[in-house]
Amino acid sequence: MKILDPSPKMNRRSFVKNVLNGTIAGSLYLVWPMGGDSLEIPEQIPGIRDTAYDIHNQAFVFIVDITRCIGCGSCCVADKREYNVPDGNYRTWVERYVKGFSDQIYVDCPNGGLDGYQHPRTDIDEDIRDTFFVPKLCNMCREAPCVQVCPVGATFISPDGFVLVDEKRCVGCAYCIQACPYSVRFLNPVTRVVEKCTWCYHRVRKGLLPACVEVCPTGARKFGSMRDDTSEVYNILKGPGVLTVLKKEMGTWPALYYKGARREVV
Amino acid sequence: MDAVNGTATMLISNYVFPNDLHVHWSMMIVLYPYITGLVDGAFIIAALYYLFDIKSLKPLARFSLLFALAFLCCATLPLLLHLGRPERNLNMLLTPSPSSAMAGFGYIYAVSMGVLVFIVLFVYRPDLVVLRDTSKGLLKLLYRAITFDSRDLSTYSLALDRKIIRFLVGIGIPIAAVLHGYVGFIFGGVKAIPTWSTPLMPVIFLFSACLSGISAIILAYIVIRKITGRSIDSDCIKTCIKTLTLFFILAFAFEMLEVFSHSYLKSGYHHMVEGLLNGPLASSFWLWQVKICSVIPLVILGVMAFFRMGRAMYHFWAAVVSAILLLQVLIMRWNVVIGGQLMSKSARGYTEFHPQWFDKEGILAVIIVMAIPFMILFVLSRIFPFWTPDNETTVT
Repeated sequence: MKILDPSPKMNRRSFVKNVLNGTIAGSLYLVWPMGGDSLEIPEQIPGIRDTAYDIHNQAFVFIVDITRCIGCGSCCVADKREYNVPDGNYRTWVERYVKGFSDQIYVDCPNGGLDGYQHPRTDIDEDIRDTFFVPKLCNMCREAPCVQVCPVGATFISPDGFVLVDEKRCVGCAYCIQACPYSVRFLNPVTRVVEKCTWCYHRVRKGLLPACVEVCPTGARKFGSMRDDTSEVYNILKGPGVLTVLKKEMGTWPALYYKGARREVV
Repeated sequence: MDAVNGTATMLISNYVFPNDLHVHWSMMIVLYPYITGLVDGAFIIAALYYLFDIKSLKPLARFSLLFALAFLCCATLPLLLHLGRPERNLNMLLTPSPSSAMAGFGYIYAVSMGVLVFIVLFVYRPDLVVLRDTSKGLLKLLYRAITFDSRDLSTYSLALDRKIIRFLVGIGIPIAAVLHGYVGFIFGGVKAIPTWSTPLMPVIFLFSACLSGISAIILAYIVIRKITGRSIDSDCIKTCIKTLTLFFILAFAFEMLEVFSHSYLKSGYHHMVEGLLNGPLASSFWLWQVKICSVIPLVILGVMAFFRMGRAMYHFWAAVVSAILLLQVLIMRWNVVIGGQLMSKSARGYTEFHPQWFDKEGILAVIIVMAIPFMILFVLSRIFPFWTPDNETTVT
């Protein structure tokens, strides 16, 4: 019968050493920025990371498919969290359209759609013919009125087609807010400069989809590059489906397209 | 109220875009065109005398220049109060964006200010030279500085002064017109807001500017002369009232033409404009701007033009009509600036605007901003005498 040796094989010194090593290694493991690095997340827009970014040769497109939106408000929540948007201001929002048999249109957007549309409207006293949700965000106009009117050039179109705001240059005159036909801009009460949706430019440059696109459970928000012939937006734009833009008569040439938007959508 | 009941307004179900609930351009942006308008109108009076030799305006010519200067000093004040980041205001001058209408303001303002200051200095030069000899201490030093230490009052130098004044006033008129026409264009150039987006906007702003400035000069002249117990020059007031009538008819005609065009053409967002004028602006536009502050002055000015009345009565009605017209232009600015923003770009509803008392752009701030030019005017009156002694003798 083998008698187990009860005495420890490790002396006290080596035991303390191991504990210390383990503690240091564990601490390092905790503080090391693992997973926090966005580049660790798998690439969502193909072709951004593996090649040098040619800023002058990009064509990104955003498509909102109204027929897919269920008004859950996830996109609004994601956006608010991504940018810490102050209450009462909206970089993106979701509207609820209700169309009666009399052709009357009823639109509402409580809290910008942040809470999701969980209950039907009860204040409409006629039979409903149609109802749908319309997500709204920056139209990234190619002929952007906001860029034209900015007196200090704080709002500009980047070479890759994004309308952005340089918050260090903006004087907060709000002229761009007046000029934007889509009302996607607001004066941030904290920074006192103008803010708006950027299609998550900081994410796109890292090969990630805009926050609202990533969380959309139904694929109502689509984003991609026209330089990638496998992207969904490329194939939608290439196909025969009808796409529209908002307020075409304004001559702003938006890069934001709507699929399935009724003519009542403004 | 066709807009609300008729077929055209099927679209209106009072939905306002979430970011449209807040009115971003509030009372300071109402004041800004109002103040520049006062400057322009006052300058017109001076120009009529110094350039077009309308002799009857002589008693008011110098006062108009100082009045314009006092208000021009404060023209940027509302803008600074309005900016989210006023400390960055010089960016507009240092790094202007050439595509923006607003970027030109700093330059146009600076040129206007430069021209006006030089006109004042040249117009007052003979007086300043005399005052320099009769004053002491700091004031003497100031007079030396603003006469560039020149005592030359020879016939030749005074004739040269007159030529320079005519030249400066000559270029001052287009500058004044550009300054205010441009302010109108800041609004007229915004295609997203249907009531602003009209080529008529600079024209309307220009005429209403002349209207408000001339009214302000008439009222200030009559009030100051009454308070200081001096006589009022009737010829001068009559010429002013005639000029005022001309500009008022033009301003009012264009204001109504714009509304008529929207109503008749029924294009684009006319249902929103119609709903605005008959809804949120029903009182401030139709009642105050049109009925009380335009139709009544039109009648008063008609009576003053076509019926004989005593001098005291004429002066009284001149003051009354000027006061009403000053209010008319202020309300017009309100209806344009605030009214335009009440229409949501959803084209389906209207937001509301409630002025605050103690806000950075609130009612108290408005009162202070409007009081400062009068303080400056008072200080200017200590340096540049408003009235020449011969005014007193020429009074009839």
